[in-house]
Amino acid sequence: MERSVFGQLVVTFGTISLMAIGGANAVVPEIHRQIVEILGWMDAPTFARLFAIAQTAPGPNVMLASIVGWHVAGTGGLLVATAAMLLPSSVLALACSRGLRRFGDNRGVRIVTLALVPIALGLMLASGAVAALAADAGLFGFAITAATAFVTYRSKVNPLVPMAAGTVVYVAVWSAGLL
Amino acid sequence: MSALETAVATSPPSLPELFTGFLKIGLMGFGGVGPVARHIIVAERNWLDDRAYAELMGICQALPGANTVNAAVMLGDRFRGAAGALTCVFALMAMPLLSLVALANIYDAVSGHPLAQVALTGAAASAAGLILGTAARLLAKAGLARWAWLMAAAAFVAVGVLRLPMLPSLLVLVPLGLVAASLGARRV
Repeated sequence: MERSVFGQLVVTFGTISLMAIGGANAVVPEIHRQIVEILGWMDAPTFARLFAIAQTAPGPNVMLASIVGWHVAGTGGLLVATAAMLLPSSVLALACSRGLRRFGDNRGVRIVTLALVPIALGLMLASGAVAALAADAGLFGFAITAATAFVTYRSKVNPLVPMAAGTVVYVAVWSAGLL
Repeated sequence: MSALETAVATSPPSLPELFTGFLKIGLMGFGGVGPVARHIIVAERNWLDDRAYAELMGICQALPGANTVNAAVMLGDRFRGAAGALTCVFALMAMPLLSLVALANIYDAVSGHPLAQVALTGAAASAAGLILGTAARLLAKAGLARWAWLMAAAAFVAVGVLRLPMLPSLLVLVPLGLVAASLGARRV
């Protein structure tokens, strides 16, 4: 049975890798759909918490795949999911790097970028919305989400600061018996 | 010759230099690796000048996958071939993955505790806000044309509201975007 879990991680994250325009922050809804809804490997709140932990660690955002792999199948799952998430997009990048010689004035690259940037940003908003619903933190949770979003939008402070503040406020309000 | 080629042609860094550079990028990238990557690649190591870096990030944006990972692949390959690409990606991911394992073990140890449950729920709500705020900021400064706003809205509604599977959504949205972008680019 172990083997089929690893095989599934390869298939799931290997295909998501090529859909991750703008990085893993574009594919949170798809990862949620496959891992929580189709495979039933964890419930939505657990997924949202793993997402939060991946945001806390340093490094590229593809580590959402790593921590999902870890939760499902330990260190082996972490390594397999990470490799599956990195390999297809990296091979494509390598091929493009060798195929395209002149990036700067390449009209094709400009048009692809022009087309993908708005889609990537729309998907990023979708990721945030899906993560907010999955968090299942109640009405006050939505207030925390909105406040963190507002601070991130308005100031250039390190994103970990509003995230830590949001967590502390949520815990404080809960401790006061208000949730 | 593009700025990127010119930069690569002069004294390419060695594999150990690439390794330590990307190790540092991975290690310092708390809350996002983008700014750290620019600082180390351009300011600290002088691997690329600003223009060549902007060129590199331009192509990385047009590809799937995290920008920094793609940049690691492309820079590594340009400087030292496939071995360079592997070195850069491995160095970039090594420290973040170790930190992640540490965090995951802490999570495992505390996740049964009620207070930890509450904190994790709060963190999950905040993390969602982080993504929403970042997306809003990027949207505000992207200077999108009207068709591009429509594309962004369509992507959000399809995947975020209707919760449609992503592959068919992209198979519709990306060709539409490409057509709109080439028409838009011609007009300008």
